[in-house]
Amino acid sequence: MTNTKRMKEDILRMSGVNPRKCMKCGKCSGTCPNYDEMEYHPHQFVSMVEEGRLEPLLASKSLYTCLSCMACIERCPRGVEPAKLIEAVRLLKERQKDGNHLTANDIPARIDDDMPQQAIVTAFRKYTK
Amino acid sequence: MQRIGVFVCHCGTNIAGTVNVEAVSDALRKEPGVVFSTNYQYMCSQAGQDIIKNAIAEYKLTGIVVCSCSPRMHEATFRKTAASAGINPYMVEIANIREQCSWVHKDTLTGTEKAIILGRAAIAKVNLNAPLTPGQTPVTKRALVIGGGIAGIQTALDIADAGFPVDIVEKKPTIGGKMAQLDKTFPTLDCAACILTPKMVDVAQNEKIRIFSYSEVTEVHGFVGNFDVTIKKKARYVREDICTGCGACTEKCPQKKIPNEFNLGMDTRRAIYIPFAQAVPKVATIDPDHCNMLKNGKCGVCSKVCTAGAIDYNAKDEFLTEKYGAIVVATGFNPIPMDKFDEFAYSQSKDVITSLEFERLMNAAGPTGGKLLRPSDGEHPHTLVFVQCVGSRCEACAEKGKEYCSKICCMYTAKHAMLTRDKYPDTEVYVFYIDVRTPGKNFDEFYRRAVEEYGVHYIKGMVGKVSPEGNKLKVQASDLIENRQIHIDADLVVLAAAIEPDKSARPLATMLTASMDTNDFFTEAHPKLRPVESPTAGVFLSGACQGPKDIPETVAQAGAAASKVIGLLCKDQLTGNPCVAHPDEMMCSGCSNCEKVCPYGAITYVDKEFRMPDRTTKVRRVAQVNEAVCQGCGCCTVACMSGAMDLKGFKNEQIFAEVDAICR
Repeated sequence: MTNTKRMKEDILRMSGVNPRKCMKCGKCSGTCPNYDEMEYHPHQFVSMVEEGRLEPLLASKSLYTCLSCMACIERCPRGVEPAKLIEAVRLLKERQKDGNHLTANDIPARIDDDMPQQAIVTAFRKYTK
Repeated sequence: MQRIGVFVCHCGTNIAGTVNVEAVSDALRKEPGVVFSTNYQYMCSQAGQDIIKNAIAEYKLTGIVVCSCSPRMHEATFRKTAASAGINPYMVEIANIREQCSWVHKDTLTGTEKAIILGRAAIAKVNLNAPLTPGQTPVTKRALVIGGGIAGIQTALDIADAGFPVDIVEKKPTIGGKMAQLDKTFPTLDCAACILTPKMVDVAQNEKIRIFSYSEVTEVHGFVGNFDVTIKKKARYVREDICTGCGACTEKCPQKKIPNEFNLGMDTRRAIYIPFAQAVPKVATIDPDHCNMLKNGKCGVCSKVCTAGAIDYNAKDEFLTEKYGAIVVATGFNPIPMDKFDEFAYSQSKDVITSLEFERLMNAAGPTGGKLLRPSDGEHPHTLVFVQCVGSRCEACAEKGKEYCSKICCMYTAKHAMLTRDKYPDTEVYVFYIDVRTPGKNFDEFYRRAVEEYGVHYIKGMVGKVSPEGNKLKVQASDLIENRQIHIDADLVVLAAAIEPDKSARPLATMLTASMDTNDFFTEAHPKLRPVESPTAGVFLSGACQGPKDIPETVAQAGAAASKVIGLLCKDQLTGNPCVAHPDEMMCSGCSNCEKVCPYGAITYVDKEFRMPDRTTKVRRVAQVNEAVCQGCGCCTVACMSGAMDLKGFKNEQIFAEVDAICR
């Protein structure tokens, strides 16, 4: 099994999404409130994962600009749940080996007084291996 | 002992692909009673049937087993073959080795093994079969059409044209249905009323047709050729035979603020009303929920102004029972409610409307006199957004939308967009679509005209959100071809709502014992070969009650249903099904269990004198089956505690023999 194929399977398993259910209506992207900030839009995530074009997605900032507001999930007429798919791609990226996005040493410089401690712990957990 | 012939069909590769037919015919040759066994490519073909006929003559067969497709497909074919060769048709049994075997198995070994077992069971049954002769029942030469829309109207006219009397039962005060509410019809753009109302008048004037308007079917008994139907004529508080339809009462009634259903609540009517000018019958109806006189006895204006003296506040619902030979269901459709689609703000803004509401806005007899005005402020809209597939093709939320394509929306939206641009060239019209589906004569040309001649903006993508802001509707949508998100400030948003079967269809299906699919559309007897018949004999389907349909298709189906009805009513006698229940009176204990479970009311009890062994006589209560009414469902045989009730052709001992053969 190729690497891409395995990654695609991981994404589908993690998210529980079946991209084949998509009928390409674009309602997810029509509904997305952060559309302009996203390089790849919700409908593109669905079709690119299905086609196995994962590299551009994994390299894209869209992974972090998705607000996880779940509007696309709420309004998709076919129940495809694009936001779950985006989250799964994000997890795949973060779970790759040696891919720490934060180190413990980075933290002190980033702390500001208004940030709740909980957020720092969450960010550390989310962005490190 | 029977002399049985076994005929195994290859069905091309349908069966032979997964079942070793040679092995099946060899194995079945060794079964008790079998004197001949063979296989052939297509048993249902003329050559195949000849093999059966020749074998019957040559081997003096008394029973036939055909291992082939489902008995629903070709049982009748092979029974005819047997009959033509001089064997009683009920000595034929089908072993279904296609649908129940070759199509569901992939492995030849398992498939072959199962085919042999199914064949063995059929042979065991034929060994116990006895010749049966069906009875004859007379046919009531009158048809009932339930629903008075274009489907019901066309069916009734066609049946009446053949000379048979027809009754139409319509639950609204007038016939006409949804088509009466439409403005223009695609793809020719002729006015709906101009082509429908003459037909309504034809119905009213046809001597063979009776209209029961403002009426509902409440009970159905009987069977094909002999239905007894109870019709409830709801009290309209106006005597239909006297009212002239002058409309004076509808002008004087003081109750003015009642939402007008015909205009989908976009204007008001009085408590006494005639739905629209061309209503048939053109008779006023009092709405008992809003009439002061009926509610608290204080008013009586309508009875004072009625010069004909037609008002009758004491009217009661009437029930009448009629006999029919055939029933046509034409209950039609409704757009689904839009209030659950929060993203389109239908409940928040008056300027978000459904396509049917748009029809009324464009109609000269509508709430705005045919001028396209915003419902909120009566202003002329400049930017219109049409959203397709609202609730159609929507699998995610069954409580909101429908999984199927509603079929008619693409075309009527193209029509709306085109008419808007034609009448008001100062408008910008956007249509958001997922796919544009235009299979139909001159349909795609029509859609392309909307784009090319009238400059309608068709955008591939879906509207995600509509939010009312000030007097504008902010529309946020995606344009998938340009891969961008669009924001439009619209004045009017039109939703192409999915359509669903009328709510009266489900209880009606129960009354008729007609089957429905999960969406409450009536199921046809065969999706391709019997599209206008219900699997329940004597019940026919017309129009959108069977599936989403446009007017040309509905009229075509209405005519087809009528021709099926005529074919039935032409017959003086119907040949029944001989596989009916039969009680053994010596074993019957008179418990009445069978009478209670019989869905057709075919079982009664009689007191009968029996001679006892000591030469005295004794009167006992025993079950009796009306063979003309019995449909052979078998409920009574299961309910009978003493085992007295048996089904001819499916006797308990035959079923046990089949089970034994399978388990051997």
